[in-house]
Amino acid sequence: MRDFDYARPASLADAAAAFAGGGEAAFIAGGHTLLPAIKSRLRMPDTLVDLAAIPGLAGVALEGDTLWIGAMTTHASVSTDATVTSAIPALARLAAGIGDQQVRNRGTLGGVIANNDPAADYPSAVLALDAVVETDRGTHSADDYFQGMFSTALEDGEIIRRVGFKVPLAAAYAKFRHPASRYAIVGVFVARYASGVRVAVTGAGPGVFRWAEAEAALTASFTAAAVAGLSLDPADLNTDIHAGAEYRAHIASVMLAKAISEA
Amino acid sequence: MQTRLTINGQEHALEVAPATLLVELLRDTLGLTGTHIGCDTSQCGACNVLIDGVAVKSCTLLAVQADGKAVTTIEGLAPTDAGVEELHPMQAAFREHHGLQCGFCTPGMVMAGLEIVRRRGHDLDAATIAHDLEGNLCRCTGYVNIIKAIEAGAKAMGSKAGATTNA
Ligand SMILES: Cc1cc2nc3c(=O)[nH]c(=O)nc-3n(C[C@H](O)[C@H](O)[C@H](O)COP(=O)(O)OP(=O)(O)OC[C@H]3O[C@@H](n4cnc5c(N)ncnc54)[C@H](O)[C@@H]3O)c2cc1C
Ligand code: FES
Ligand code: FES
Repeated sequence: MRDFDYARPASLADAAAAFAGGGEAAFIAGGHTLLPAIKSRLRMPDTLVDLAAIPGLAGVALEGDTLWIGAMTTHASVSTDATVTSAIPALARLAAGIGDQQVRNRGTLGGVIANNDPAADYPSAVLALDAVVETDRGTHSADDYFQGMFSTALEDGEIIRRVGFKVPLAAAYAKFRHPASRYAIVGVFVARYASGVRVAVTGAGPGVFRWAEAEAALTASFTAAAVAGLSLDPADLNTDIHAGAEYRAHIASVMLAKAISEA
Repeated sequence: MQTRLTINGQEHALEVAPATLLVELLRDTLGLTGTHIGCDTSQCGACNVLIDGVAVKSCTLLAVQADGKAVTTIEGLAPTDAGVEELHPMQAAFREHHGLQCGFCTPGMVMAGLEIVRRRGHDLDAATIAHDLEGNLCRCTGYVNIIKAIEAGAKAMGSKAGATTNA
């Protein structure tokens, strides 16, 4: 790899300063998206600012009806955390299905959310669980945060501190996964609240999105029958070497039914 | 950048270029070539090592990210007492159960086996092992004997731990 500078600041302020003074700089969390991107020369940073030594960025806390998960919390920790498992078991199961164990030992929630890969799992949970993304500069609601493929509301140099998930009455995530990478070919996250049902779809389109028709039907009646026959328009979905748009539309309906049955 | 690592129990203070991957430091600088590189996509697991006891892919970690930590590679598993030629129970199980053919994936498989034991204990079934090996690719064996080896290795580690609890 082309060489770069490396800083491991011990506070958010120092991290912001290192980023600002680092030329073409990038934060590094688990590195499981960034390092492969650097290896393949998709990214060529001058400076990496490691977030690992900043206290308080990892961990889980339940405050009222919000489950907070720190940006640096690994997928492995989320998948086995007792608070997550009791408050939002679907979230623990989602984390347990990301990549493989070695990936889960390093990859972090903040890294996934900052990157916003259209096939990543967590964005569907952030959107369906009406989460708030808290940064060193303020907060973003999930509905405003995701802005299409690899694009988010984060400004240059903004650091995610933690994500607050609204605890639902019931929730489930169903993923049809790519057999080698285990990213979602289609993933559907369903969350039921007293105020209504939220449904988010990842993997299928150019970015995570809410499925309005499914939400309306499930808010009226939370049953698989209520959404039988409902289908996404393939014109809005991806076609790539893994699957065509019509196939993805079909799988989305199947994953929706599966998620409802598991919620 | 000045980096301190404990590798297989030995402390090292090294000047490391930040872009050096941990696997490159292990293989090219320290000559620990038991850790292999099998892919460019972080998918094969041939490069698995333990960092503070937890399995990670050393091809997807900068050496400087391991600063201050303890790294265990395949070379560090067997007892190193002078004159003793004894394998770690997980290694011995791979030999006993023919858990390898060409051997390229084996160091990573052994480390993945230790990771499974760390998280799930000594009494494992084949389905659990197969599931937990999803981050490791083998081009030779068809996995059947690898799974048998990890099941047996886990058991052997359990009885060894039981026999030497005061050690
Ligand atoms: C083999 C393999 C399989 C995988 N399978 C899946 C899968 O099935 N599903 C899935 O969802 N993901 C999958 N991933 C991706 C994995 O979840 C990564 O961990 C994740 O995408 C990025 O997290 P990270 O901590 O490694 O981030 P990094 O690679 O360190 O960073 C990613 C990006 O986020 C930025 N960033 C990181 N943290 C912050 C922060 N706190 N604030 C602001 N910006 C930040 C970085 O600057 C960088 O641009 C896989 C990865 C690999 C290698
Ligand atoms: S070389 Fe590290 S996963 Fe393949
Ligand atoms: S034994 Fe040859 S790759 Fe596994």
